Amino acid sequence: MQGDNIPPAIELRGICKSFGSVRANQNISMSVESGTIHGIVGENGAGKSTLMSILYGFYRADRGDIFINGQMAQIRDSRAAIDAGIGMVHQHFMLVDDFTVLENVVLGAEDGLLLKQSLLKARTLLTRLADEYEMSVDPDAKINDLSVGQQQRVEILKALYRQAEILILDEPTGVLTPSEARHLFRILKGLRDEAKTIILITHKLKEIMEVTDTVSVMRQGQMTATVKTADTNPDELAQLMVGRKVLLRVKDKAPVKAGQVVLEAKNLSMTDGRRLKNVSFSVRQGEILGVAGVAGNGQTELLEVIGGMSEGSGTIRLNGREIELSGGHANARQRRKQGIAHVPEDRRRRALVMDFCAWENMVLGYHGDDLYNFNALFMNNSAIRSDSQKRMKAFDVRPLLPESTGRNFSGGNQQKIVLAREFSRSPKLLIVGQPTRGVDIGAIEFIHQHIIDLRNAGAAILLVSVELEEILSLSDRVIIMFDGQIIGERETSDTDENELGLLMAGIEGRRE
Amino acid sequence: MSTRIPKWADVVLIPILSLFLAFALSALVVLWIGENPLDALVIIVRGSIGSAYAWGYTLYYATNFIFTGLAVAVAFHAKMFNIGGEGQATLGGLGAALVCLAFEWPHWLLAFPAILIGAAIFGAAWAAIPAYLQARRGSHIVITTIMFNFMAFALLVYLLVHVMKAPNSMAAETRAFPPGTHLPTAHEMLAWFGITFPKSPPLNVSFLVGLASCLAVWVLIWRTRLGYSIRAFGHSETAAIYAGISPFWVIMISMLISGGLAGLMAVNTVAGEAERLLIDSVQGAGFVGIAVALIGRSHPFGVLLAAFLFGILYQGGVELEFEMPAVSREMIVVIQALVILFTGALDNMVRIPLERFFAQIRRPVG
Repeated sequence: MQGDNIPPAIELRGICKSFGSVRANQNISMSVESGTIHGIVGENGAGKSTLMSILYGFYRADRGDIFINGQMAQIRDSRAAIDAGIGMVHQHFMLVDDFTVLENVVLGAEDGLLLKQSLLKARTLLTRLADEYEMSVDPDAKINDLSVGQQQRVEILKALYRQAEILILDEPTGVLTPSEARHLFRILKGLRDEAKTIILITHKLKEIMEVTDTVSVMRQGQMTATVKTADTNPDELAQLMVGRKVLLRVKDKAPVKAGQVVLEAKNLSMTDGRRLKNVSFSVRQGEILGVAGVAGNGQTELLEVIGGMSEGSGTIRLNGREIELSGGHANARQRRKQGIAHVPEDRRRRALVMDFCAWENMVLGYHGDDLYNFNALFMNNSAIRSDSQKRMKAFDVRPLLPESTGRNFSGGNQQKIVLAREFSRSPKLLIVGQPTRGVDIGAIEFIHQHIIDLRNAGAAILLVSVELEEILSLSDRVIIMFDGQIIGERETSDTDENELGLLMAGIEGRRE
Repeated sequence: MSTRIPKWADVVLIPILSLFLAFALSALVVLWIGENPLDALVIIVRGSIGSAYAWGYTLYYATNFIFTGLAVAVAFHAKMFNIGGEGQATLGGLGAALVCLAFEWPHWLLAFPAILIGAAIFGAAWAAIPAYLQARRGSHIVITTIMFNFMAFALLVYLLVHVMKAPNSMAAETRAFPPGTHLPTAHEMLAWFGITFPKSPPLNVSFLVGLASCLAVWVLIWRTRLGYSIRAFGHSETAAIYAGISPFWVIMISMLISGGLAGLMAVNTVAGEAERLLIDSVQGAGFVGIAVALIGRSHPFGVLLAAFLFGILYQGGVELEFEMPAVSREMIVVIQALVILFTGALDNMVRIPLERFFAQIRRPVG
């Protein structure tokens, strides 16, 4: 489509950026053709975010040049980036919740002292864009009242209002339902056809294959390849990202041995009765029950009530014995004693104390165990250290340094620390949330295998994930949550991504 | 990201640079009022550590700051900012006085443990109410402990004027404690070993309790299960709840220990020095404790060093005021404030350039 004489929308030449001794970007050169969708993939810590932050003026490169439309640009701050026609849609939206859509769009780009003029201008633009790209959002709605997908559209509108010609989207589909994601891709394709340039940062290879024209792969601060999407496939991209061959699907797992019921929940609600409403289900020995759903539909609350971190009502039985859901015994310590292990969704805030050493984290929640204490008062730190060293080795935590602080490990290795702690005590029930969120591809394979192994060893597993692929490849049975309730249950072998996607959006599936 | 500067630089270099900056600015202040800063420095150093007499006073002040500094440090490990050391120490003084006045103690060895316990319990009790309000009702501990400082002072004034006042005295103070509660001073204790030490400095056996408390706090924080729970809660409340640690108990217990330590401070001044309960037996040590804990990075050993530093500033300041009439009492407070400002509040002013420096010199290697 592009004539040869049109300069690339963005050209980076020899970008270098270090943080202390960490070389986040090493000599990166890349060129993004005008009017294309360009994907950037890479594992966590590969340097994608650093590169985009340089492009958007959050960081300044130590070395290297940026050319926008063939002209050298000095991007000192985000204001300069906006002036150069670059707009960014962040992973975590930068919106004022109590403002209307219109006010948010105008915020920071008001002309003159009085708002009226800008608001009028924005309203006209919004109506026009709504027609052109199916981006209808009510200009007078408060952000609070919008769905996540709509909020994201507001972010895109903000960038367009600032006359962005180049749009950077950072992990845009993390919080969307499959149908919302498809809608987003339609919008992006529409924008591309209007000669806008789009950079899409993601770790989902499927999305790359679906919407991009070109894809660049980053690994360990370097750009390892840039290829036409049409000429590649997910397996090749995964290999480029990790630097070795990876298994994208879980190895065939043995069929489920129907054991006895381990966990039985009846009319389970969170005490406030709003975010988790009358949920009933059961998990059997040697079974993985997947909980599918868009983030924020009660899965977090489900894990918290079962894990003993929030009070609830209704009944839970573990191997037939009822568990107290409120009062003095409704806490995480009691749950562990009863044989429930918990890998929380939020690794950084829940599962680990980021400022603790690995060995201190390795006993978090089990710090009262006899093995780790001399007596009621004093802890046996050397026993904890040697025990942690063993566990870290067994779960291949790298670097194998028990003295290193939690935050110094990569996401995948942090998760391995959590798994090493929770898995190796042969729990009766494992509840696990987003086991591979923010984890690099290499570690995903490892984590999935360990979950399967635990199931095969006879544990009952409740798996919450917003990644449908993960749910489908790991679970034996799936329940789907919407608005705090279970709105469907399927055998994994008997359903597919489309049906689950509909259910996740709150549309009851019709079964013949 | 904590590995950006070496540990030795974090622990040693940053405080020293901060102190240097504080002293440089103080020197300018001294210059401005027309005195020679070098002379002032010599007077401070000689006046605080230049003689046995000077050491006696410096360590006496340091004892106060060890206790209040530890009090703030322990609470800080649980992310509780206990501003109420002043009030808790005031109540600790009341507790110590009540024990001393309770009956004719036959010997200090009997009285001393009771005085310590009395002071600690009263201090802890005064911290318990704000702690409960924080743990159960979410009332911010900073606000409530500040209010409790005022209430403690009002309570003390009331008691000393209306209830506990010595019968034949014009001053708002209790009668002198019975002789059996006299705590041995450094002069007396060192005499047991045949060492002569000046008689007038108020340094007494409480100093040894202060040193023991440093050790005890270290053990508590890094060697006990309670300390583990306190630190886990302090770093991440959400993770602590996940680990089954009860926020209510961590807040209560850490604040009780904190209040108890603050209360112990008053043993030094009330039972150790004045030997009667005066209206201003705490003298701001509760507030200095905040600075001491900040400079000491909430580590017992750091608190010990910082308390010693403030002991020097206090005792040296008194000498300076005496020998350099142009330097008023307020001027000395300014110098102390500069030290607090630079070492406590302006940490990043030194840290960030230092991080850049280390990043620079490492680049060719890495």
